[in-house]
Amino acid sequence: MILWTNALIEGVLLGGLYALFAAGLSLIFGIMRLVNLAHGDLIILAAFVVLSVAAWLHIDPFAATLAALPIMFLAGFALQYCLLNRALGRGLLPPLLVTFGLSIIIENGLLELYSADSRRLHGGSIETSSIALGHAVSVGVVPLLTLASAIVVILVLNFIFYRTALGRAFRATADDLEISQLMGIDHPRIFSVATGLAFVVVTIAALYLGMRANFDPTIGPERLLYAFEAVIVGGLGSFWGTLAGGIIIGVAQTVGAQINPEWQILAGHVAFLTILVFRPRGLFPRAVD
Amino acid sequence: MPLLEIHGLRKYFGSVVAADDIELAVESGEALGIIGPNGAGKTTLFNLIAGRLFPDAGTIRLDGRDITSARPHERCIAGIARSYQIPQPFETLTVFENLLVAAVHGRHKTEAGAAQLCGQVLERLGLLRRANALAGSLTLLERKRLELARALATSPRLLLLDEIAGGLTESECTELVGTIKELHASGVTIVWIEHIVHALTAAVGRLIVLNFGRKIAEGKPAAVMGSPDVRQIYIGIEA
Repeated sequence: MILWTNALIEGVLLGGLYALFAAGLSLIFGIMRLVNLAHGDLIILAAFVVLSVAAWLHIDPFAATLAALPIMFLAGFALQYCLLNRALGRGLLPPLLVTFGLSIIIENGLLELYSADSRRLHGGSIETSSIALGHAVSVGVVPLLTLASAIVVILVLNFIFYRTALGRAFRATADDLEISQLMGIDHPRIFSVATGLAFVVVTIAALYLGMRANFDPTIGPERLLYAFEAVIVGGLGSFWGTLAGGIIIGVAQTVGAQINPEWQILAGHVAFLTILVFRPRGLFPRAVD
Repeated sequence: MPLLEIHGLRKYFGSVVAADDIELAVESGEALGIIGPNGAGKTTLFNLIAGRLFPDAGTIRLDGRDITSARPHERCIAGIARSYQIPQPFETLTVFENLLVAAVHGRHKTEAGAAQLCGQVLERLGLLRRANALAGSLTLLERKRLELARALATSPRLLLLDEIAGGLTESECTELVGTIKELHASGVTIVWIEHIVHALTAAVGRLIVLNFGRKIAEGKPAAVMGSPDVRQIYIGIEA
């Protein structure tokens, strides 16, 4: 019984990480209908940026992430402004091809710069500390922080979307791009700010990815897959749905692993497919957001 | 100097001429009507003025400034607003938010200033009690009003109205014409495309007629509607 409880709690916390993977993807797709196939590699890229900043400045990964956030925001802004905006508005295929190419470039660029060695972000004593919940059940501080960060990120994104002028511009461009321009919205700039924000979320996700497990330049595409599954299970356009989607994939994986360690990844995909069969639009499509 | 000055404007779609050497000047404070059969190039002309399409030749000036190659959002900020024949609100935003977007981004107003302006515009157009409804839930008349309200929230100097009276009942139409007259009286320059000619002639001081992308008549509404050319085009169309 305790093993199952542990698996469940672990799964919920892991879901926080998947929600962080997915939130940036969801943000970009929701606003500009751009499926960013490089999203997973961008998470890995961000993890290497955090790693490098931590090494250069001799600071811990949390401080390094804070330092990396503005850099990553600008990188996202520039990427959208100079490259991705040009791929938009010409059908589905160009953005897919461009981000697919970007994915290959990032992966190989990282291999060239950092080699194929596994890395890890070392957070010191916080990595091993845990909080006991009753006897025999305890949760790690880092996974707990991951879930808490996911919730904070979603609260902040929802605040931006529904309570600020920037968020109204996001929703207006998503609703009707052409009319939004007639209302004075400079959509290339709005899209760039959105991608900058997505990069901020990606960097936060990278911090917890790097502290949870080893990473190397080639593991991006699998993170992209989990992110996709979380977004689709949750329902497009709803950030809370994305969190729920992440948690469902996370719980399926840890419970699957509890049954048989080889079933971890499989169980996540099975849960995803099952939900897709019964709720093709996801659990919380935009209408109820 | 005219507020809007169009010179030698041409637009082709393949071999179809949608705008054929159009010359047009709209004085500040004027209300100009545009009529013409379907496919005459009326909406194309609006698309060219608002920046949805770019011309193959010719220039467009607003207040003396060349805006021929300005992007749509720049034209909005310069003072051009348009309403569509089929209202196109941001359906997933509330009525109030639809106006806020226009006021904050189209006129660079602060949130507080924009909220006040939007409240006034909604009141003027009788939409205040629907302010928090999702725009997607409005009736046709309400959508038409919202279309107009959102254009006004950008505080335009030049307002382009595209068949705003179409699809309304007689009394709704009269009400709308009243609102547009009020707007005009308050100093907004209006260019109005309309099939419902009596609604148009009730509000505008000058009328032009387009056919096959060409301006074929221009003048006082009564004189233009009395000319034989125009009568021939309009037989069977005029309500």
